[in-house]
Amino acid sequence: MQTTALAFTFLLGEFRAHGKRVAIGVIAIAIGVAMGYAVHLINYAASSEFSQAVRSLMGNADLTVRGTRIGFNEQAYPLLARLPEVAVASPVVEIDAHIPQQSEALKIIGIDYFRAQTVQPNMLGHLADENMNEGLDAFHPNALFLSPAALTWLKLKLGDTLAVQVGLEIRQLHIAGTVPAAGAGQRIGVMDIAAAQWRFDRLGLVQRIDLKLRPGVDIAAFQSKIDSILPTGVAAVTPADGERRAANLSRAYRVNLNVLALVALFTGAFLVFSTQVLSVVRRRSQLALLRVLGLTRASLIRWILAEGTLIGVLGSISGLLLGYAVAAAVLDYSGADLGGGYFSGVRPTVHFDIWATVIFFALGLGAALLGSLVPALETARAQPSRALKAGDEENALRRLRSPLPALVLIASAGALCFVGPVNELPIPGYIAIALLLIGSIALMPRLAYAVFSHFPTPTHSASYLAVTQLKGASGRASIGLSGILASFSLMAAMAIMVTSFRVSVDEWLGNMLPAELYMRAAPSGDTAYFSAQDQLIILSTPGIARAEFLRSTHISLDPLRPAITLIARPIDPANPAARLPFIGAVLPSQPLSSTQPITVWASEAAADLHGLVVGKQFMLPLGAHSQSVIVGGIWRDYARQHGALVINLADYRRLTGDERVTEAGMWLQAGTIPAQAVNNLRASLHNNTRLDIAEPGEVRRLSLKIFDRSFTVTYLLEAVAIIVGLFGIAASFGGQALARAREFGMLRHIGVTRRQIGLMLAIEGALLTTLGVLAGLLLGWVIALILIHVVNPQSFHWTMNTHMPWVLLSSVAATLIFAAAITAWLSGRSAMSVQAIRAVRDDW
Amino acid sequence: MLTLSHLSKSYSSSRPILQDINFHLNAGEYVAIMGESGTGKSTLLNLMAGLETPDSGSIVIDGHELAQMNDDQATQLRREKMGFVFQAFHVLPHLSVAQNVALPLLLNSVEKQQAQAATMSMLAAVGLADRAHSRPHELSGGEMQRVAIARALVHGPRLLLADEPTGNLDPESADSVMQLLREQIKQSGTTCVLVTHSTRAAATADRVLLLTMQGLIPQGDNVPHTIQS
Repeated sequence: MQTTALAFTFLLGEFRAHGKRVAIGVIAIAIGVAMGYAVHLINYAASSEFSQAVRSLMGNADLTVRGTRIGFNEQAYPLLARLPEVAVASPVVEIDAHIPQQSEALKIIGIDYFRAQTVQPNMLGHLADENMNEGLDAFHPNALFLSPAALTWLKLKLGDTLAVQVGLEIRQLHIAGTVPAAGAGQRIGVMDIAAAQWRFDRLGLVQRIDLKLRPGVDIAAFQSKIDSILPTGVAAVTPADGERRAANLSRAYRVNLNVLALVALFTGAFLVFSTQVLSVVRRRSQLALLRVLGLTRASLIRWILAEGTLIGVLGSISGLLLGYAVAAAVLDYSGADLGGGYFSGVRPTVHFDIWATVIFFALGLGAALLGSLVPALETARAQPSRALKAGDEENALRRLRSPLPALVLIASAGALCFVGPVNELPIPGYIAIALLLIGSIALMPRLAYAVFSHFPTPTHSASYLAVTQLKGASGRASIGLSGILASFSLMAAMAIMVTSFRVSVDEWLGNMLPAELYMRAAPSGDTAYFSAQDQLIILSTPGIARAEFLRSTHISLDPLRPAITLIARPIDPANPAARLPFIGAVLPSQPLSSTQPITVWASEAAADLHGLVVGKQFMLPLGAHSQSVIVGGIWRDYARQHGALVINLADYRRLTGDERVTEAGMWLQAGTIPAQAVNNLRASLHNNTRLDIAEPGEVRRLSLKIFDRSFTVTYLLEAVAIIVGLFGIAASFGGQALARAREFGMLRHIGVTRRQIGLMLAIEGALLTTLGVLAGLLLGWVIALILIHVVNPQSFHWTMNTHMPWVLLSSVAATLIFAAAITAWLSGRSAMSVQAIRAVRDDW
Repeated sequence: MLTLSHLSKSYSSSRPILQDINFHLNAGEYVAIMGESGTGKSTLLNLMAGLETPDSGSIVIDGHELAQMNDDQATQLRREKMGFVFQAFHVLPHLSVAQNVALPLLLNSVEKQQAQAATMSMLAAVGLADRAHSRPHELSGGEMQRVAIARALVHGPRLLLADEPTGNLDPESADSVMQLLREQIKQSGTTCVLVTHSTRAAATADRVLLLTMQGLIPQGDNVPHTIQS
């Protein structure tokens, strides 16, 4: 009990004397926890909303029979409905309708009202009274019911009309009522299924059929039974599969963002470590005295861990509160999309998540405890008699010089890079990065010793003092060095990865945009298209020399995975590389024959997710049929994370009879300027001002702008990590300066001016930071290689070439070295505010 | 060499530390200042070093008025003309013994070879020539104080200020250190002010002054001997 009281007094005394140091530790942990918690809460709210939307769409169905985005023949409906196991079958048409002037599409669900009452009751529209008076009912071909969120988003009220684009035409729908049971943030519209098929030119096609089975039917057995009668590309999935599939859409992105958010917590943990190490080094003789007076090793460890616990608890609680507030503010002001585009249009509210709260609290506390553990163990291990003696501080840090644990960690990191993903997530890659970082930090005392002990000793007094300090006290110097290494390497790694990605995307865009002018029927949704007639008009438009048309749609190769994009475009079989950026071997063109499989080219993501390799044959679902195809090559695609297959447009048309296209790439006649061609095109296509026409440069600029926007949160989180890292450097220099107050006092006595001490510290700071930056650059490059070649391919299934952002790296390095020198100098000023006289009177 | 005139210093108006202190020290003289705790011995030493400024009065060292100097000028004066020995040694742990001793020479921009020779000669004088490359933590307390003495004298200061130099040493080491200190200052002709509680240490001085509220009171020539006996 008395020991506890003494511990409390000791703790309180330290916190009172060095409140700023403690506060920096608390702030660092709080920022780390807040970032991680906020990102989790935002993603959690968004994915919950998304799952709820999926559940709401599937309603009470036991199974959903789902096909491609184009849909499948509605004749499957009576077949399924007649099966004895099926109680109710409810067909559904799903349309992503393009609304002019809106960048996002509106999801419109076409349902059979009679069937939906049993299977999808949440989708039922509520007819407004005035419509009843006007004789407009739910079955009217123009009647559309909008969810409250959609009404708010589109700024419409009941009775208004909504323009939707179908092909290049505009069709008006009447807002007949609301969908009151739709989720709070769910933007949907509901129509009668027949009306939807008619108004959106989808006659005879449905996207899914929801099945409610009779009581007692074994769902799994029934699922296997109907799989054999369903056409290729159409499969029965359970609601759980549907939710998983929806969650899979954004899982890699969410996990990556969470990991990135935890980087700030890692640097926070390191900050606690460095301040705690320096704090116990400074108090080494006091702690040794307590040991001499009878305090046990275990008690001493507990005392130091208690300091870490207090920092961790205060930091975690503040972080959780801050994180919750940040999440609520972000969701309130800008919605749930953090840049990945997965949750655009979703506006959920923040929900308290008890497990996440407990986990992030534990992470914050764990980080602070981990930061205190090494210094606690070392202090307890030290011999009190030696620790009481002047100059033993360096001995305390000498043990850190052993390179063995560091080399073991680095070797393990190397081995983990060759382990595949776990549950489709690059967990071994992340662990490899963490081990590499910890191993490299652990190697810093050795590096500092190796470098500084061979450093030439200058003759200028301030430089001499700085260099001899670094040579003689490399252990203490390495604490500051490690902080610089941690923050700069992570910054460099992210910068190298993002630059590599950006340059690769830029090069890829150059390859993918060979034409002089591009035109899309609409920027969003799947309702706009160019008909065969429109294509002829485009080809005959004055100024257009030739055009290549592209049809983009979605197909499902695996019902449990998100759909992949099927792109039909003209490809020269003799030279497919003219249009696609291949990686690796490309199969020679196949002779056109009805017995041979036709060639398709898979994107890296499609190959990775669906096990496609060059030469592999499989059945490709195309409308009501399936076709044997062979993979002719793997190409790089940064636009479609869930995969894409390219098929020759001629093959696609021959197999599907679908003449519609969604995009056109055009080459101009000599002497035609693009603006003139754009005007001609608009005039030819019924004075259509909604057409999305752009030159490749504009498409490129826009794509890179979207790219940069999608990395905004990444940059923000990285900046936070760097700021926490800089805090660490400042705290480390501050702690060192404080611990060296007596040295400064003695130097002042023997004639060293304040300016010279300041200069000495600035030189120490600059030399240390230069070494830290160089080591950080090397480490950052290695981490970037892991991110580029392990984490990215495993998360997003695409590869890229490494590009170094030298200008950015050198400017940040120079800024960091300058900032460190200034910080060190300022720390010295603060330490010298302790009078030289008082400093030398202290016991060592 | 050192003259204090009407020197007063207080940290608060209710508690004056030093009042109207007058004192003159000739070149090469070695004086010990004794007194009870709290009488201002260390404050007096700090005033002489220019580390604190007096409330009134003047301190003249070798013709230089300390009170009129700014911090840099006082530091420069300390660097060139003074040496310090502290109770707690204050030997830099990350420097070798020789590097510690050579510090003042480095600060005074003495040429490297000359500095090395002076350092080795000083180390030999304090009996630590064979420990030149040792680290401070490898030395005993007495040895560390010898290093401190060597450092204080290596650049040939005009004034040596020693604050309780034997405070952390056992009697045997203390005697040996004080004997060494006296030998060295007498050999080099350095003026020395020793502040101490130890009568044994004070006994090595040429004369002893007692600091009281009434000022510095000279003690008879026989005082140290009386105490010694």
